Amino acid sequence: MDLCDYAAYHLAGMIRRKQISAVEVTESALQRIAQVDGISGHLDGNNDEEPDKIHSFITITPERARLQAQKVDQAIAAGENPGFLAGIPFTAKDIYCVKDTPSTAGSRILANFISPYTATAIKRIEEQGGILLGKVNLDEFTFGSSNESSAFRPTPRNPWNTAHVPGGSSGGSASAVAAGEGCFSIGTDTAGSIRQPAAFCGVVGVKPTYGRVSRYGLIAFGSSLDCPGPLTRNVTDAALVLQMISGADPKDSTAANLPVPDYLNELQKPIRGMRIGLSPDYFKITYLDAESGEIHQEDVPEIMKNAVYKAAGRLAEMGADIVEDVPMPHTHYGIPAYFVISRVEAASNLHRFDGVKYGFRTKQAVRDLHDLYRKSRGEGFGAQPKLRILMGMYVSAAQYSEQYYLRALKVRTLIRQDFEEIFNPHGKYRLQALLTPTTPTTAFRMGDVYGDSVLMQYADQLTVPANHAGIPGISFLAGFDSQGLPIGVQLLGNDFSESILLRIAYAYETVTEGDEWRKKTPPLLSK
Amino acid sequence: MTEPITPELFEHLVNLAALELSPNESEYLRKQLNNQLKAVNELASIPIDPNIPPASHGIPYPAEIRPPIREDEWQPSNFADSILAQAPQVEERYIIVPDIPHQDLE
Repeated sequence: MDLCDYAAYHLAGMIRRKQISAVEVTESALQRIAQVDGISGHLDGNNDEEPDKIHSFITITPERARLQAQKVDQAIAAGENPGFLAGIPFTAKDIYCVKDTPSTAGSRILANFISPYTATAIKRIEEQGGILLGKVNLDEFTFGSSNESSAFRPTPRNPWNTAHVPGGSSGGSASAVAAGEGCFSIGTDTAGSIRQPAAFCGVVGVKPTYGRVSRYGLIAFGSSLDCPGPLTRNVTDAALVLQMISGADPKDSTAANLPVPDYLNELQKPIRGMRIGLSPDYFKITYLDAESGEIHQEDVPEIMKNAVYKAAGRLAEMGADIVEDVPMPHTHYGIPAYFVISRVEAASNLHRFDGVKYGFRTKQAVRDLHDLYRKSRGEGFGAQPKLRILMGMYVSAAQYSEQYYLRALKVRTLIRQDFEEIFNPHGKYRLQALLTPTTPTTAFRMGDVYGDSVLMQYADQLTVPANHAGIPGISFLAGFDSQGLPIGVQLLGNDFSESILLRIAYAYETVTEGDEWRKKTPPLLSK
Repeated sequence: MTEPITPELFEHLVNLAALELSPNESEYLRKQLNNQLKAVNELASIPIDPNIPPASHGIPYPAEIRPPIREDEWQPSNFADSILAQAPQVEERYIIVPDIPHQDLE
């Protein structure tokens, strides 16, 4: 175990007590990157390059990191308060603008964009002494669930088995955290893009309540759905980082004006008497046979269901009340509604990329301004943004919007009402949380799903309802399948109930601490 | 089953979206769009009470958690040069574009 494998909260204490220096921790993380990451994703690269490396990064910023680490050590030597995350190395999904760094969104259209300012979430971490190691890969504009749609290749691989995807869209965040390339990463979750890769890579991922964390400086996808949040290797670090990035921001009018609880302080409170639900509607998967147009429904694989039941059993040992058969009847409408709402919002957000103000401009000769737009966007965007723009325009066109867009927004209300019913403190269920599988399967092999945009979208079906409803969710490791791939389970809670979800996840982490499977590390690290 | 997004409708969408596509790309994207619409069409089968309001947001935004509107005050910005430096073509702090076509409105 190297320094970079320690928990952030543990390192932060050691650095403050001068037992180790911020520079030593940073060097350890940079060394890990040199050992396992291989070539960074780049334009015109391909996925055959170094298949035994994980390729989490698009941009590594070692000089910046070393400078920041030296500043932290100087502040500590001078007796100043270096901040709660002083000397802790982290990464940012490359959808965040960070001043003076390339901020690419995984797209050719922004490959040359150097951000003139820093996103609020990242700024808050740096103000607390966090050390940015670099910007990690993602699906292009976050549009995907495997990270394979990035224009920057090779795309990230799963540290538990490099033939498998890390998930997405925060794939580089999850692979980096699982492999010790930094203690945590800041990702975004629009349909499951933090929780799904966290589950695939065996780490903790938090999708906060919509509005808990400012979206300022985040390159927008679905503005009513996007949530910044942390991926970490343990629940305590998730609480620590969430506490640092949460709270009102004058630069984001949707960032809620609510005090941020002391998540760390709440963590160790008992869960005795808490009501945790299990829903049969989260043990089913629905998918579309694109050829026949038929919708199929079947049970999730036994191993995913068992992981949830086993986790429920351990929580019951700690005094939680497990409530079975909680109906969530609108769960499987999450994907069709998302196909409409997210596309309309994406199409609107992607209009700003035009080859004029910043980013990619075509080198071809052009007739006029419109031709410049068409050629720059045609060459600059990959297949996923193009699909989302076209679908967004179709379903919001005047003649179809009643049938599609308005209907999808009403279905969103129904999905929200499912949650309101089960979390109602005076209702029939009075739940503090719903416990579900995070994903229908463990990490799939690279190339198996990519290219089929419908099947890929269904990978998000157990995570997307929380985005429609705006509620918080957390995914954490609950075992491994027969191939040694991590299984994630998810807790969903009422608006702004992050402290309760963290508390339950922490209780689970504590009660399983001695289990044999907890001792596993990605095989990549023992090479 | 007929395809709702015909080649003609697809061309219209591509034009609205300001995209130039290769024939191969068009074929792939049109097929994916029609497949996605099959998934979307599941929405039509959901019984929806006429009183159900649309939700543009998941969580409600009551006034007590909404941040107050910022004062309408001038604030200095030091970013102008770094923002201009991002533009593909600049002349004397003006962003340059090719000819803007003029179109008479019907």
